[in-house]
Amino acid sequence: MPTDTALQTPLAVGRYNYDSVDRTFLRERIEEFSDQVARRMSGALTEEEFKPLRLMNGLYLQLHAYMLRIAVPYGTLDARQVRVLARIAREYDRDYGHFTTRQNMQFNWIRLEDTPAILALLAEADMHALQTSGNCIRNITSDEFAGAAADELLDPRVHAEILRQWSTRHPEFTFLPRKFKIAISGSPQDRVVARFHDIGLIAKPGEHGRPVFEVWVGGGLGRTPIVGVRLRDDLPEEDLVAYLEAVLRVYNEYGRRDNIYKARIKILVQALGAEGFLEKVNAEFATMDRTKYRLEPEIVAGIRARFADPDFETLENDPPEFRQARISNPAFDEWVRTNTHPHRIPGYISAVVSCKPAGGIPGDVTSDQIDTLADLSERYSFGELRVSHFQNAVLAHVRQDKLHDLWTALQQADLATANAGFLTDIIACPGLDYCALANARSIPIAQKISSRFANPKLQQEIGELRLNISGCINACGHHHVAHIGILGVDKRGEEAFQITLGGSGEEDASVGQILGPAMSEDHTVDAVARLVDLYLTRREPEERFLDTYRRLGTAVFKEVVYAAA
Amino acid sequence: MPLLEKGHVIADRWQIVTDDAAIPENGPVLVPAPRLSEALGRASKDEVGVILTPDMEVATLRPAIDRLSLIALTFPVFRDGRGFSQARALREHLHFKGDIRATGHILPDQYDMLLRCGVTTVSIADDVDITFWQKAMDRYTVASQPSILDEKSEGHGLRRFMK
Repeated sequence: MPTDTALQTPLAVGRYNYDSVDRTFLRERIEEFSDQVARRMSGALTEEEFKPLRLMNGLYLQLHAYMLRIAVPYGTLDARQVRVLARIAREYDRDYGHFTTRQNMQFNWIRLEDTPAILALLAEADMHALQTSGNCIRNITSDEFAGAAADELLDPRVHAEILRQWSTRHPEFTFLPRKFKIAISGSPQDRVVARFHDIGLIAKPGEHGRPVFEVWVGGGLGRTPIVGVRLRDDLPEEDLVAYLEAVLRVYNEYGRRDNIYKARIKILVQALGAEGFLEKVNAEFATMDRTKYRLEPEIVAGIRARFADPDFETLENDPPEFRQARISNPAFDEWVRTNTHPHRIPGYISAVVSCKPAGGIPGDVTSDQIDTLADLSERYSFGELRVSHFQNAVLAHVRQDKLHDLWTALQQADLATANAGFLTDIIACPGLDYCALANARSIPIAQKISSRFANPKLQQEIGELRLNISGCINACGHHHVAHIGILGVDKRGEEAFQITLGGSGEEDASVGQILGPAMSEDHTVDAVARLVDLYLTRREPEERFLDTYRRLGTAVFKEVVYAAA
Repeated sequence: MPLLEKGHVIADRWQIVTDDAAIPENGPVLVPAPRLSEALGRASKDEVGVILTPDMEVATLRPAIDRLSLIALTFPVFRDGRGFSQARALREHLHFKGDIRATGHILPDQYDMLLRCGVTTVSIADDVDITFWQKAMDRYTVASQPSILDEKSEGHGLRRFMK
């Protein structure tokens, strides 16, 4: 295993390892923020001027307190970093943290005066809260099974890191019309919602051994949900940075700045049309100084060298211990079927750690649970933990013959709910319990649905069903891409919920359709039950809820919800 | 208004022509874009600069670029980052070698980014503390993407050192 020559410590697995230069940059960045806070205090900066600067440092002002959103580049952490998150939860928050849909961790009860100490703690573990908010290029997200999935063609994390570095304090793209989100996957199975990002990249091997990229642009959720358009099918690796520069230049120049609801790149792509937008990007790409932005193989190799690979052993798939444990323990077997993903290396498997216990708050984990995840990552997954955009954790490289031990340990920490991909694996935004923008609370209805469908047998019977909840039209809970989406609205001063059906964030990307008028919280939970019953009655073999909905159309689902009301 | 160059205040030798004021016959003049041809037509052939608004395409200056000594960019509010792209495009696409001046609402926190996009001078308010700007200029020793300043790429990845 390569080591950091300065520190003589092994490089962490699965992510870029900082060296002294990266740490110098981080120190300079923290000093900058400290200065900004001091200038705000002295009045040298107005509140209007300070706000975007504070946001680019991950610090939001919510309804009741400050929220600090910690960056987890491409969702990968090492055990030491995970323990720092546990410590922040314990010492500076209310003993818990929250995994976000962009693979970050946010703390909802931060005191402004504690932020310098928290940033210092983070920096000690090569972490920060940079560009997790603000109208800049945000944290780059990736596949939670990157480098592990059997279906993956190319590990996208080295390129995710290249884009992280490129976009960090980018001199031209730090004051964009609006936020800008990039996701990158290396699998034909889209687990990053690529088609709903400002830029979605899908990496695959090219003809000459170097990667090429599909480039999707102008997708998005929010009040204008749109599936992105594919600008390139085969962008060569050496042009990756140049091409993204071209896209961002066009966006920075022409994106609307008069209305924040019309300022995302998706609106520009729609206004110019896919062809018109592509024409502008191509014109920029053709005339720019491409040599300057060329991603030479040495640059990629240099970044790759700062990643460590897991030291896999030569093992057999489906070892006797694993098989025996599945036979003798049906609950374990069920968890294996729902919460694991096939690994590219024989004898290994990826495990999804559900942060969605029955009746729980989606994505919330206590400081003790976070510490447990750090311990388990060291014991079972080369000291590496991932955050998934479904607000769960992932241990990507577990030996199959140790999986039962891991599951037993997860059970003791209340982290072994067998519901990945099921109805209770709910994505939910923080909603009106925290967020100043929300119209309705997302958490209580998520908890009610989670409790109502808690029965594992019932969930197994229903099978894959994505249910997401947003507390307002900004759609942070990704309701548009859920099979059943729930949107909180304000109905004459009362919280109410609208249902959408038929969304998908995967390769078969689609935006959910509104079913009908909004209902109260309890009626909405009942409506979900009726939708599920209809599906169970009408489905054909092998059909998921989404397939049945697509086959039958909206009318029957609408009838079952509203005829009974 | 004071003018900042490389962190120091310098004298502004340019006469700024507002919308419909007469253009002086002699000396360097900075004029709004619609009056550029008028300024270039002066008998004196003294230096001419032009004020670009954020909604203007940089390419419109191409025919006149060799006769311009100064291009002033406008920031209506510091959050409006179009000027960063305009500066970079003036250098990268039009190969403009003269002075690029940033004017309007700009924060010291943006100074090093402006420089890296090709801006050379910044027009600042009379009452600002210059030390904030100097600090901002000197703060960072490392960056991780190419820029107009062509900082030498060193070490691994996209890294370049700024000093």
